[in-house]
Amino acid sequence: MINYISSIAIPVIILVIIIYGLFEKNKVYDSFLDGAKEGMGIVIKLFPTLIAIFVAVGALRNSGLIDLIVKLIEPIIKTLYIPSQIMPLALLRPISGSASMAVAVDIMQKYGVDTTIGLITSTIMGSTETTFYTIAIYTSAVGIKKTRFILLGALLADIAGMVTSVVICNILSKSFC
Amino acid sequence: MLNIIWPIFIIVSFVYAILTGRVNEINDGIFKSVSDAVELSITFLGTMCLWSGLMEIVKNTTLMSKLTKLLSPIIKILFPELKNNQKAKSEISMNMIANILGLGNAATPLGLKAMKTMQDENLKKDTLSDSMAIFIVLNTASLQLIPTNVIAIRTSLGSANPTQIIVPVWIATLVAATVGIIATKIIIKKVREK
Repeated sequence: MINYISSIAIPVIILVIIIYGLFEKNKVYDSFLDGAKEGMGIVIKLFPTLIAIFVAVGALRNSGLIDLIVKLIEPIIKTLYIPSQIMPLALLRPISGSASMAVAVDIMQKYGVDTTIGLITSTIMGSTETTFYTIAIYTSAVGIKKTRFILLGALLADIAGMVTSVVICNILSKSFC
Repeated sequence: MLNIIWPIFIIVSFVYAILTGRVNEINDGIFKSVSDAVELSITFLGTMCLWSGLMEIVKNTTLMSKLTKLLSPIIKILFPELKNNQKAKSEISMNMIANILGLGNAATPLGLKAMKTMQDENLKKDTLSDSMAIFIVLNTASLQLIPTNVIAIRTSLGSANPTQIIVPVWIATLVAATVGIIATKIIIKKVREK
């Protein structure tokens, strides 16, 4: 059911837009071309940023540094009742969408999808975004260099989302057992 | 900001890789990343043009003002600066709606258009305006009605109840968005007082 809703959403939206345009007697094809041209400009402006971010993240991931960081902060995390198994995910989530997705699948395969750890992993994946990537794309597309305090605000949001995920899933799995 | 973070990421990773003898892995890794970026850009070019084209059609109809009206109470609170900028307001609401429906492919192009419109009004062109900051924080919090990706993965891993996480995701997202926006608003205020 949910799969059907999510797969029908895009065709329905496209259909509604085009029919609505025709209904109000617009030149929908000409409008589409104008918009597509504008979209192309945005992607071209974005390309250098993507290369830069991907190289940095690729280097970080392949150097094995993330594993080291996890080991170092493990004692702190343990006192906060955050399972150390999800730490690689928590660290990667703001940096890379595809990498964190891969780590999430790995964690859920290892510790089970429906265990507390599996639920926490799923909730974190569903409730947070690739913060660094989002900030880089949104600012560089319009040529902004000074991002001020935005990283702080966005990372606070991420931490709040992750802590909430841990708390809720702990309650959820206890009430189920 | 990225002028500091980016080199730190690279230097630290390379030094660590050399010290731990993972030179080959990091070599493969960076070139794989570059080609991944190209691949993503090509896919992105397609979806971006598609959605920008469709949104241009929307822009020329009355659909836009109707959607904006729906979200205008929330937007008024979040973006007090954009009093008379109807275009920015409607692009922000379209981006929010795309995010809520889980249309990531549509949300980013719309968000970038909103950024462009806000940039036109921005006085310091190289610095993020307050509205832009709030808007980006909102986008990093991933407001989503149905987390389709995660549900799909849970199904494929054989979960007994793949949709169990929907409500936890809503709560966590709302907490994240609220904390992010309040924190950003407070920082904006503090910076202004200085």
